[in-house]
Amino acid sequence: MARKEYAFYPGCSSQKGASASNYLTSVHSMCNTLDIKMTEIPDWNCCGASVSYAESGELPRIAMNARNFALAETNLPGQDIVATCAACWLGSRESKERLEHNSGLMADTQAALKEAGLQIKVIPEVRHMVEVLIEDLGYDELKKPIKKPLNGMKFAGYVGCQTNRPFGIAGESFENPMYLDKLIETMGGEAVPYDQKVTCCGGALAFSEPEKAQAQIKDIIEAAYDGGAEMLVTPCPLCQANTEVYQGQINKKYGTKFNMPVLYYSQLMTLAYGGTAKEAGLKGQVIRAPKLEQFAG
Amino acid sequence: MSDLNQQMAAKYQNNFLREIEEQAEMGEWVKMCMQCGLCSGSCPTNFHAGWDHPPQELFMMIRAGKRDEVLKSNSMWMCTSCYNCYVRCPRKVPVTHVMHGLAEYAYRIGQSPKNQPTQHLSKTFWDNATKTGRVNEVKLTQSLYFKDGIGSGIKKAMEMQAVALGLVKAGRLNPLEAVGIAHKCKDIKGIHAMLAKANELEAQHKAEKAKA
Repeated sequence: MARKEYAFYPGCSSQKGASASNYLTSVHSMCNTLDIKMTEIPDWNCCGASVSYAESGELPRIAMNARNFALAETNLPGQDIVATCAACWLGSRESKERLEHNSGLMADTQAALKEAGLQIKVIPEVRHMVEVLIEDLGYDELKKPIKKPLNGMKFAGYVGCQTNRPFGIAGESFENPMYLDKLIETMGGEAVPYDQKVTCCGGALAFSEPEKAQAQIKDIIEAAYDGGAEMLVTPCPLCQANTEVYQGQINKKYGTKFNMPVLYYSQLMTLAYGGTAKEAGLKGQVIRAPKLEQFAG
Repeated sequence: MSDLNQQMAAKYQNNFLREIEEQAEMGEWVKMCMQCGLCSGSCPTNFHAGWDHPPQELFMMIRAGKRDEVLKSNSMWMCTSCYNCYVRCPRKVPVTHVMHGLAEYAYRIGQSPKNQPTQHLSKTFWDNATKTGRVNEVKLTQSLYFKDGIGSGIKKAMEMQAVALGLVKAGRLNPLEAVGIAHKCKDIKGIHAMLAKANELEAQHKAEKAKA
């Protein structure tokens, strides 16, 4: 039996061929090393993300999340739900909180779930992958399997919004959370100080208001360079995509020369645990990370 | 004016605050605002064009009964859901959710600005996600590019070509999803039945409040 078992909620972006498939690859490698068993919630669905608010309304959005709760509870009883995506985690936690504090909403949700042949008895805990790493294992345990520390590499830990606000990681401040820096340093890397650690990447507005979002992304990348970082590291699929894939457009617009790789914490951990470039999903970088590819050998 | 808008305007007369409290998600929080402006100063899009009325201004406008100005405003559609305002508000007003609630209400009664890009994204995203239970990223991108017709869609697609090609090359955008070889839920029928019920109940509750 594995050391820890969880009901895994990968989310739409972390599917094969989707925009965060490299996240998924590296999470699997990392969890293998740490002896964490992640069983996908059977037939899980989209959380609705934040931006669906105008079309969805409250009850339909919460019903979508409740369906995942019911499926997890029925098929993987007693296991916490673990999301790797910030939006999935936030959408699920928000739904859990509202359902547990509003009996009318709960009754309506149960009525909706009944149409899909489901019901909720107890809503499982909803955790983010980094909470599992920090709270259930701890930095000391995360250090043990290291075979190749990331010595001499400089990273800007980009926490962003939704793994930080409104819930965040217990014991961390909203304005200057330290857990990502600590994870980087635990893996032997250097976490550089810079002033845009919790700045918003624009989120979904990268699609609908690209100029506004790209202005924010520019500030983040610029600050990371100013801080001396070689790479950005993030716990969120949308932060990762937004800060990586628009660098070319930002360069055209602002005359900058950005070319900064953007990694997930799980990719760093996989590499420090001795994983290959393939196991870390390094081929999934739009801006390749030659230094890490070389390091992986 | 749409029927629903006329109905609501007639029902609530000059009490726009009560209209928002009863009809907009989290609208009951508006009266808690003490006008400190921390939300406005914390908003990442406040410093760009488009945010005509930052949150604390919208809150005061609601109390002042400026119905048309609030509902037709572009402002709440500028929310990136970063939750900066939410965690900083000294009165614990869930500002992010109130912005979403205002936008949703304006949209529901047909008063929101037409061709608002984030409004279009919201509808496109939800329709895309609920069609099969999971987001089809290729189709989502396509419908976003082509929202203003084929000509401008091709232009946008050309501008974004480098971004899209980069993702395809990295194995993070699968063109096959466009032709239906996509991730989806097994119980799509169940999801649709569940959502139909949820929509029915939500509309029912809102109508009950407006009648009371």
